[in-house]
Formats: sequence, C-alpha cells, structure tokens
Amino acid sequence: MKNKHTWTQELSLKQQVEQAVGIEVQTCYQCGKCTAGCPLNEEMDLMPNQILRMLQAEYPGYENEILSSTSIWLCLACDTCYSRCPQEVKLPQVMDFLRQESIRRNLVNPKAQHILKFHKAFLAEVERNGKLNELGLTIDYKLRSFNIFQDLQNAPSMLFKGKLGLIPHKVQNPSEIKKLFKKITF
Amino acid sequence: MARIGVFICHCGENISATVDVEKVARLAGKLSGVAYSVDYKYMCSDPGQTLIVDAIKEHKLTGIVVGACSPRMHEGTFRKAAEKAGINPYFCEMANIREHCSWVHPKSDETTRKALDIVRTMVEKVKNDTALFPIKVPVTKTALVIGGGIAGIQAALDIANAGHQVIMVEKTPSIGGHMSQLSETFPTLDCSQCILTPRMVEVAQHPNITLHTFAEVENVSGFIGNFDVNIRLKAKSVDFSKCTGCGSCWQKCPAKKIPDEFNAGMSFRTAIYTPFPQAVPNKPVIDRANCTWFTKGGKCGICAKICPTGAIDYTVQDEIINVKVGAIVTATGFDIKHSDFFPEYGYGKHPDIIDGLQFERLASASGPTGGEIRRPSDGKVPETVVFLACAGSRDKAKGIEYCSKICCMYTAKHAMLYKHKNHHGKAHVFYMDIRSAGKSYDEFVRRAIEEDDVNYIRGRVSRIYEKNGKLMVVGVDTLLNAKPVTIEADMVVLATAVIANEDAESVAQKLHISYDKHKFFAEAHPKLKPVETNTAGITLAGACQSAKDIPETVAQASAAAAKTIILFSGSEMTREPVVATVNRSAAPVFTTCTGCFLCQEVCPYQAIEREEIRDRAGNLLMNAAKVNAGLCQGCGTCVAMCRNKSIDLQGFSNQQMLSEVMGLLNAPFE
Amino acid sequence: MRVGYYPGCSLQGSGREYSESLLAVAEKCGIVLEEINDWNCCGASAAHSLNHDLSVALPARTLALAEKQGLEQILVPCAACFSRLATAQQELVSSEPMRSKISDYLEMPVKGSARILTVFEFLQEHIFPVADQYIVNKLNHKTACYYGCLLSRPKDLTRLEYPEDPMEMEAVMEKAGATPIDWAFKTECCGAGLSVSRTDIVAKLSAKIVEDAVSRGAESIVVACPMCQMNLDLRRKEINKQMDQGSDIPVMFVTQALGLSMGLSADKLGLNRHFVSTGKVVSCVGRKEV
Repeated sequence: MKNKHTWTQELSLKQQVEQAVGIEVQTCYQCGKCTAGCPLNEEMDLMPNQILRMLQAEYPGYENEILSSTSIWLCLACDTCYSRCPQEVKLPQVMDFLRQESIRRNLVNPKAQHILKFHKAFLAEVERNGKLNELGLTIDYKLRSFNIFQDLQNAPSMLFKGKLGLIPHKVQNPSEIKKLFKKITF
Repeated sequence: MARIGVFICHCGENISATVDVEKVARLAGKLSGVAYSVDYKYMCSDPGQTLIVDAIKEHKLTGIVVGACSPRMHEGTFRKAAEKAGINPYFCEMANIREHCSWVHPKSDETTRKALDIVRTMVEKVKNDTALFPIKVPVTKTALVIGGGIAGIQAALDIANAGHQVIMVEKTPSIGGHMSQLSETFPTLDCSQCILTPRMVEVAQHPNITLHTFAEVENVSGFIGNFDVNIRLKAKSVDFSKCTGCGSCWQKCPAKKIPDEFNAGMSFRTAIYTPFPQAVPNKPVIDRANCTWFTKGGKCGICAKICPTGAIDYTVQDEIINVKVGAIVTATGFDIKHSDFFPEYGYGKHPDIIDGLQFERLASASGPTGGEIRRPSDGKVPETVVFLACAGSRDKAKGIEYCSKICCMYTAKHAMLYKHKNHHGKAHVFYMDIRSAGKSYDEFVRRAIEEDDVNYIRGRVSRIYEKNGKLMVVGVDTLLNAKPVTIEADMVVLATAVIANEDAESVAQKLHISYDKHKFFAEAHPKLKPVETNTAGITLAGACQSAKDIPETVAQASAAAAKTIILFSGSEMTREPVVATVNRSAAPVFTTCTGCFLCQEVCPYQAIEREEIRDRAGNLLMNAAKVNAGLCQGCGTCVAMCRNKSIDLQGFSNQQMLSEVMGLLNAPFE
Repeated sequence: MRVGYYPGCSLQGSGREYSESLLAVAEKCGIVLEEINDWNCCGASAAHSLNHDLSVALPARTLALAEKQGLEQILVPCAACFSRLATAQQELVSSEPMRSKISDYLEMPVKGSARILTVFEFLQEHIFPVADQYIVNKLNHKTACYYGCLLSRPKDLTRLEYPEDPMEMEAVMEKAGATPIDWAFKTECCGAGLSVSRTDIVAKLSAKIVEDAVSRGAESIVVACPMCQMNLDLRRKEINKQMDQGSDIPVMFVTQALGLSMGLSADKLGLNRHFVSTGKVVSCVGRKEV
C-alpha cells in the first residue's frame, strides 16, 4: 500500500481506517451527498463528509475530535450514505471502526455513553444466554445508565400483550457462546 | 561485404542513466560486419542526424542500426537521414534500447548486456535487409462524412470548399444534430438555430456535397484512399423530387401521438413529419413503425390522398447504394442520460424533473411552450427551479467516472435563461466544482451568479421526492459547515451525463475503429493525434470522441477536414512497402505457391487475391495467391500460415527473423 | 424444498406478532418452516459497532448450524437479522482467511452456502404460487408499504428491483386486496436501534414517516421489520408529540395483512398485541367477490 510507513511509528487514524476497512480515504471528493441524505444530519456534531475530510486532512487534533464526536455513535448504519455515494466509499464500515477505536483510545463522548452502554448491555445479555431477552436487556441497560424511569409506563402493557417474556430464551449450551465471546473479544 | 554503422543514443539520461552506452558502442564496434560504432547524446537532434549522414558517407556504410528509442518514435527520422546520405532507407533499423531496456530495468551490468544483445540482433537483421521502395496507391478524392451535426457540417464544408467531393450521411430526416435543439449557446447567448441554419443551407446547396438524410452506413471495406462503402437509403415513403414541402400531409396525419424526438419527448408529432421547421431538407418522411398505413395493413392513406403532387409512395423500399471514397470523417455525435436513469431522483416518474436537452426545448422559441419555461406536468410557470450539476458524471457508482465537460456551462446558461424570462423566479444550482475553462467562460458563470442572482450551493443532492405538489430537493451546503439544505422546487433540471450514442459500438465496428469502455471513439494519440484514429484514413470530429462544446467541435471538425485535404493533396498516396509477397519465378515453376489459399482465409484485411496463371495459349495452369499491396498491412499472419513458405513479408522476412534469433543466441562476449 | 427458518430474538419477544402471523400464513398454505436448531442471536447493531469479528461469528454460528441441518434455503424475516446474516455470509464467501478464522472461533465448519431469503422472496416464491386459492377476503383500504433501511440497502444484498422505490411489498398487499399508495418515505430510516437510548430521535424520524403516509391518505402502514414496527407503533405517543396533529394509523406486519386476507382471525395473527389499535383496519376487511 503506498501509504505504508517504513519506520516504526504508529499508523495515523487515516491509515488505520484504510487498513481496517480497505477503502482509500482519498477517494472521497467531498460532494456532501452522504450528509445530505443522512437521517441524523440534524443531530450530529460532525457531519459524515466532514469526518472523511478530517481523516484526509490529518491536521493536529483532528483525530481526537473525530473519535470524541457523538456522530460516530448516532450513526444508525442505515446505509443511505453508502448506497448513494458516487465514489462507493464504505462509510458505515468506517463508522464502525471509529466507534471501536474511540473505545480503545478512551475517547467516547459523554453524551454518547448511554448508547455505548446499551450496546454493551445487549452483548452482555447475548453472552449470557446466546439469545437476547428484552426484559434482561432492559434491566441491564437501566442499571448501567441509571435511566430507571424511561419506558416504565410501557412495561405493564408489554407484559400484558405478551411481548415481554419473563423467562429468558437460551441456546442449549450457553457456555459455548461464552467461550466464543472470550476467544474473540479479548 | 556488409559495412554496418552502429549509433547508440544516450537520449539525454533516459538511456544512459541505466545503460552504459559508451560500452555498448565500443563492444558493438567489434561485431562482425560493423564498420563504425559511436555513441551520442541526442541522435534525433539535428547534429545527431548530421553525425549519421556524415558517417554513412565517410565510412561508406551499407546499412545502419540506431540504438535508441522505439521505432514508432523515430524510425521515420533516421530513415530519412539514411536516404539523405544516399542509401535505401530500408537499410536503417532501430534497436529499441529504451522502451525495451533502459526504461524497464535498473542500472546494472545485465541491463547493459541486454542493450548490447538487442543491438547485435538488429545488426544481424540489417545484414539481411533488401532495398524496398514505397508503394504508390491511387486516392479517390471523395470524402464520406458520417453525421450531419455541427461537426459533420463543418468538416463537410471545409473539404468541399477545398474543391473535393463530399458525401454526407445523416440517419435522422434532417441535418443539424443536437445544436439545432439548443435555444441559445454559451458564452455569447447566440441563438443556436440562427447561427446553425445558414450552414445547414450551405451544405444542402453546395455543389460538391451530396447529402443523404434518413440514411445510414451499411458497411465499409477497403483502405485509406480506397474505401468501398455501402449506404442504406432508408425508405422515406416520400418522393423528394415531387414533394414541395407544403406541409399538407403532416397537418392532416391522424397519428398525432408519437413522442417527438426533437422536442426530447415533451410534445408529440405525426407519423409523416419534418423534425423541425428549419429542417434541411425541408421535406417530410414517414415513420413507418408508427404509421397507421404500415402498422394496420393499409388503413388510412390520408397523406397520399391530400398530397397535391402525388409524392407519397408507400411501396418504395430501402435502397443500398455503393460509393467509393478516399477518407471518412466520423462525426456521429452523442446522447445524454435521461431522468429515468436516476433512482434517487425518482426513476423518471416526475414529469417536472427534466434533463438538459428538455430544458433547451422549453427555452427554445420553436419548442413545445414557445420559449416560455413551463412545467411539463401542468403548464404553470415554475417559481423555484433547482439545477443539479454532475447528475451522473464523476460518479463511479453509476459507471460514469468521467466529467461531461459541458454541463457547468450549460447549467449556468439555463439558470440565466430562466431568470431572464422570469425575473422574480428563484434559481438554485447544486454543484461540486465549476469547470469553466474556455475563453470568456468563467466570466459567463460569474454573470449568472453576480448579475442574474442565481444561488450556487456547493454540495450534491441526496434525493428528490414529491410532496404537496412540490419537489423536495434534499441537499447540503458543504461550504456552510455541511449544512443540510432542502429546497421546495417547482421544477428540477438534471445536468445529466454525456454518453455515446446507443449505436456507437456498431458504427465503430463497421468502420473498424477502436473505442473505449464508454463507447467513445478512440483517437490515435491523446495529445498529438486528437483527430486521427488508428485506422488510416478515418478521422474523428466532435463529441463522438469525447464530450466537448461547440467551439472545440468546430475546431476538431476543421482539423479532421485538414487531415483529409492533406490526404487528397497529391495525385497518389505513398504506402510503406512492408507488405507480404508471394514468390513468382519463370516458367515452368511460376511459383512455389500450391494454391491452398489458407493465407486468404486468415488475412484480416482481405488483401489476398487469386491470380490465374496461364500459359501463352491462354490455358489455365493454376490459381496462385497474390497479395494486394494496397490493402496489405504487413501483419504477417499469412506468412505464419503458409505451409511451404511461398509467401514472405518484405522488411521482416523469414530470413531476417531467423538471423535476429541466431544473433541473439550467439553472444560472442561471454 | 425444505425451508429453514430463523426467527431471531425480536420475533420471540417484542415482535412476536410477526412470527405468529408468518407461521399462520405458512401453515394455511401448507408450507413447512423448519426452525434452525439452537440458533443464536445475530448480534444486531451492538456486535458490528463494537467488534467486527464478533459481528461475523455470531451469524456464522447460525449459518453453520443450518448447514449441519442440511438446509439449503433459510428464511430470515427480521430485517436486521437478514442484514447481519447476509453480510456475514458475504464476508465468509469472499475471503477464505476470514472464513477459516471464523470456523476456528466457532469450532464448527461453516461454508456460508445456504441461500438466505428475504420475507419478500419467501412470499413470492413459496406463498404466491398457492395463495390465490386461500385468499377469501379483500382488505379494502389504502395502505402505505414501509420498507425501512435494511430491507432496501445495500442493494446487492437485498436484491430489490427498484431499491429507491420498491414494489415487492406492494405486490403482496395488492394480492391481499388492499390499495397501496405511492408515497415518499418508503425507505427512510425510522430510527432503528436508538429506540431505547435516543427515543427522541426515533420520535422525530418516525414522525416524518407517519406524517407522509397519513397526508397521502394511507389508512394503515405495513412493515416487514420488527424494529420499524416497534418504533412506529410502541413509540406512537412520542411520535404524536412531534406531529402537528397526532395520528392513530395502525402499523401491521405484511404477514398479518396477508393472513387477514386468508380469513385468519385477528387473534391468531397477533393483531391484538399492538399499541395502536388495528381495529379500524380489521373492520374494513370484506368478502372477496368470486
């Protein structure tokens, strides 16, 4: 790859993205179509095309700004950007990578912490039982996020309508899943 | 005894940076048959060529090898020098030690050794060279111009004014092309038809131009100076010698709902029609695919009844005519993508999302709305019009990665025309970059922004959808911190990509010219030969080669005409003598050719003929193969096929090839 | 041909009407859906957001189990699960090193060879050929078919004929005797997995969808994704706060609609589990003239 460093310094965020996702960050020519069509464009702090430009430009401080943005956590992976991008830049996969890198560098924006907590609660539930149980997830998430009262009024109706199972569904051998998680995650 | 001169070029540093040229020259001097060997910095320069000429004379050289660049660069240069020095130019060979050696290897002893090997190989070839003399071929001084748009018209007029005959073939019923559909042209805002129609009339009236409209080229064979072309004159169903162009027929034609191609599908025409009022020739033809008489077995026939001169003839068939021409100018033009190509802009569902040509027709005084910009859906005047630049172009995902060149300019023009006709309307342009590099072009775009108050927004549009009678254009302003911008428009104009015609591939194949993956025709060299193709005698003019505006098209058309006029300037044409020949000798052998004609089967240029060999009494003794030196391109396929080596290639004979190989293998300096 | 079935976690929990109605329709038409033994969660948004290998391994386990069970076709009705399984399959098939790595993680061989069907493909290929004889009612109302994101994109996985203006669900609704309307928010995002963590965003995005459908005269919204159904249905109170005038337009699964046209009871189809009452739409259902 033409950008490969030959000395033993760390890779820049741009190079990390290129290596992990396999796209050339340089192919983005900043037309803005991704931002135009993004359903979250009114909520994000950094727009999708801005994040790509910041990766390209590599000015000092930009890496931290990207990784501590709320944008990367608000991204819904709806794929609207990728499906319309004229240069076929795999933006959803870039966002995935940036999320993971922001955790690694401990830069997750405080306003996005609860989104991260939700994801973690989700995976914890899957690790435990192999299948997701909404009751378990909700309790787990509320405990992590201290957001006890939200959705509380819906709970009785959900239960009544039979949509909130009290007994968790499990795979036959949950330890199989635990083992899988252990191998992959760390 | 051979006295060969070897001249090794440094080519500045191109060769000397990796090859030890002095060593090559020194060692080459020791090869058997080499009488003189020298190296020099720039062989192709004047002093370099003088060096060669002087050396040939002084050392009485019988042949030369120039170790330098590719023969495609300077073989001609050095052969001329050899000729100037008094030896047959075909005793000069080039040893390519640049493209084949110094440019592809790093500096090393091996590289130098390879350069010497190449030189030695060519020395062996020169030892087996024979004197060859150029072949003279007659030239038919008639040009064929395919396509009657502005490119074809300009080329035809230039060639005709130089005194040569021109045959112009246009597949639609009238010449004029896309330029006749335009309302006004940038950067002057000249009325397009006003500047075009005088030329169209000039073509029709020119004594040297034979115009065939509603006709297509059927097939082409032959070679430069001597093309043989069949043209299909499609059945017009109207006898032009009787028709006066009065128009009674199309006024009464009951088949009135055919989408009008000239108005880009925004109005209807009849089955018997002239495409537009200023058509040349201004006589109608019948579109048989949509004519009731032809589709419903003889019903209707009103036009024939109405015609005062009895010019309508339903029985006439297509006619194939044969013409002989010396050169062909390909001016077949372009097409554009239409709005149904864009899924995110509605798949062509919304009639008020139109393309650039449709807007031209709306703006044009002869168009479906008489020059008023009105919505196709309800005929109302739009208060807000949004123009999208780069719709489809510069878009790898849509398979069109190139820039279509003309859209930035015509978008500015469209926005200006809209504002000139609707002072209170609002025009917005979503753009990515502004490409306005021609003369007075950037000033034109600035005029749109500064004087006509067009709002330019830098950003692309993600999607367009219809809501409450408005078109919601969802875009972004990247210059304002990537601010999402949605505009409620009454009409949207897409500046869609310029593409090759649908039949471009089949035209190229008929002409045997190359084309790229986008079906644009290939020029011979992107920098230095922009109008010639790799097929000698066929030139390109206009957008069939790549997207371009009118000034460039006219310039290119004149250039193609100039190339044609050069070809016609002598009484004969000289061809390189590197052609195949079948041996002939005296009776009773006549030839070693057995008449199997395998060579004829494999020849890609149909250059092998059958010759009847007769005795003095006229009895047929045998049929032997004979090469038409005018058609042969020297590819050598026949030589490879011939089972008993009766056919050989002059300049690249079997003996020469063998000696080159042996020269390569017998390296004397191990 | 055996058809495998991957309900996914949603269809066993908050989206159970989808599963109930799908199985009811299949049963009526005599199609057997074989649930994949011991399937596990696909990982949804959480896995791909936090760990790439995990996001491939979790669906790959289910694919491996399906292969073990000898299933060549599997139906994945939940849009998110479909997206995860199809994406994982694409990665397994296109990269041998990845496939081999994942097989090692799973301690099970996986090829990624089964054909993964969207609910539309399932209905088109298995139900449509036999449906006509079972359809006894017409739904008699105007409906807006809502696809959402993961049933429309990426286009090479979802295989819709017109990804920006799909008609596959409309074809089902027409068969069921409803009148699908043309509207502009067919494939716009409802807010997806932010349903719990950012309900305000879901409310805004889903409100745009409901508003467009209602303004064009839709009397129901039909979906094929449990997440979309939840956002448009369960979150209606929050949605209504975002709209000028709230709406009580019901949101049904496409299989519930089809089931109604086949004369199955509202109860059997889970139509009583909705937060926004489906009563109005159920009452439109009338006998089909033969």
